[in-house]
Amino acid sequence: MRPARHRARAFDAAVCLLLLFMPFWMGAIGGYTELATRIIVMGLAAMSLNFLLGFTGVLSFGHAAYFGLGAYGAAMAIKYLDAGTLPAIGLGVVVATFAAMAIGALIVRRRGVYFAMVTIAFGQVFYFLAFRWNAVTGGDDGLTGWHRLPINFGFATLDIFGNDKAFYYFALAVFAVSVAAMAKLIDSPFGRSLTAIRENERRARFLGVPVEFHIWLSFVISCLFVSVAGALYALLNNFTDPRALRFDLSGNLVIMAVLGGMRFFWGPLIGAAIFVALQDYVSSHTENWMSVIGLVFVLVVRFFPRGVLGMLRGGAKA
Amino acid sequence: MTVLQVNGASKRFGSLVAIDDVSLTIEPGELRAIIGPNGAGKTTFFNLVSGLFAPTAGSIKFDGRDVTALPPEERVRRGMARTFQITEIFPELPVADNIRVAVEIAAGYRLKPWLGAAARAVVAARVDELLDMGGLSDKSDVRAGALSHGDQRAAEIMMSLALRPRLLMLDEPTAGMGDQETYDIARLIRRLHRQEGLTIMLIEHDMRVVFNLADRIMVLAEGRVLAEGAPQEIADSDKVQAAYLGKAAA
Ligand SMILES: Nc1ncnc2c1ncn2[C@@H]1O[C@H](COP(=O)(O)OP(=O)(O)OP(=O)(O)O)[C@@H](O)[C@H]1O
Ligand SMILES: [Mg+2]
Repeated sequence: MRPARHRARAFDAAVCLLLLFMPFWMGAIGGYTELATRIIVMGLAAMSLNFLLGFTGVLSFGHAAYFGLGAYGAAMAIKYLDAGTLPAIGLGVVVATFAAMAIGALIVRRRGVYFAMVTIAFGQVFYFLAFRWNAVTGGDDGLTGWHRLPINFGFATLDIFGNDKAFYYFALAVFAVSVAAMAKLIDSPFGRSLTAIRENERRARFLGVPVEFHIWLSFVISCLFVSVAGALYALLNNFTDPRALRFDLSGNLVIMAVLGGMRFFWGPLIGAAIFVALQDYVSSHTENWMSVIGLVFVLVVRFFPRGVLGMLRGGAKA
Repeated sequence: MTVLQVNGASKRFGSLVAIDDVSLTIEPGELRAIIGPNGAGKTTFFNLVSGLFAPTAGSIKFDGRDVTALPPEERVRRGMARTFQITEIFPELPVADNIRVAVEIAAGYRLKPWLGAAARAVVAARVDELLDMGGLSDKSDVRAGALSHGDQRAAEIMMSLALRPRLLMLDEPTAGMGDQETYDIARLIRRLHRQEGLTIMLIEHDMRVVFNLADRIMVLAEGRVLAEGAPQEIADSDKVQAAYLGKAAA
């Protein structure tokens, strides 16, 4: 193995260790377990967006729609169908993925800003639906009157409701499975065909890649995993509201990915950690937390266009 | 069976007729050069054959089947491969990965989410073989965008070869190269043609290369076929001397 590869492996191991013990060291630096869970959940959302953005080269400003569908799907399954935790997540993901399949088919021929614009437009449709359809979605007030339930594995019960560390480790397990699946895909022939599209769409096409179909697949996969994050987000808050679907969340996911470094597999997780921690810390001092994050974002992108990981790792690639 | 048969192809861009009623037939194993002054329509002709644009009129048959309405990727699947006048590669990926993508697609793996060890080994061996053929073995880890111009063109040719094409189209493979690089590329093309029996369509401005390699030559000028024949006939043609070589000298 080449030295760069060794370094990448060592970095993977470091990230895994940090995540494994996050609820314990979080307290030491002034955080709390729920904050750690939020980092995991938003990290998963940003990494999922980055499957499309960083590894296929396609910018979406509409991923909140699928995040929100995952959130509402899971919340409604628990509230209206008495579903268990895992089936509830599953339902949210299935609903979001079908929506992504349909909408993806409509937008996949657009490129660049045009693609980004249509993703916003379609995203807002779901926002208004959640906002207006009071009877089912709770409208502006959000979907309340439910909470996540302990998971019964038959031989044991995991109390993710009463024990916030238990919920952290449940979220981490879901995160790990999702992220491992994405890593595997990126490092596969299919994943390389996506990177090829990012690098040079014309060359990819003239090697025999049906570019639109591959972008569609990448979009659907990206939306599927972002909806997993959305479902976890609803469980984390025991609540969901239309903001989980709104385009500013889509924008925040893009900021996280770019801030951390979208060419790096772990970049969006780092970006999400910085974003969520800053948001938590700054918002307890001022209403205007978004300006602070905006400033940090502009400074990082201005001086380190490859993001925080690009800065930390010099020329080395993830 | 005839590899490529173009019948009365035309292409307009607004009022400009870039290709005007061009027909051509290429037999298996043939190396056909296409020459003509700048703006003659050579690249546009490649674009019609490879499917980047649809022709305004005419038809294109590949291996006896009409492909006029097929998208580029489908023509590639049937055995057409091409390079571009301005090199098209994957600049941020290492040279080996540029070739690997092509090898994996050629093997039909483009949708595979994983590969077994045996398949990976076959892919790796083929990548090494192509790197070697292109003289790129010692640069396999280099970012393709950081290669010299000549090596980038060699990499692009190797990516096209990875597809094991029935017809290879090269658009000015030696453009912008020094004498040594031009010689290396010409030798590679000769080898592909003579030893591997590859059918090749070659756009080229360097007349030494053209007259050394081509079985037949088609001369385009202002979108029309000015002359077509064996190298000696073309060299002796007054029409070509006047319209093409005359203009180039002026
Ligand atoms: N996409 C396009 N849109 C409009 N005009 C075009 C397009 N492509 C080519 N043309 C025009 O068609 C004509 C033929 O161009 P083409 O690139 O085919 O010439 P060429 O023979 O390859 O020239 P060169 O030797 O300089 O590469 C030129 O006048 C060019 O400006
Ligand atoms: Mg040209």
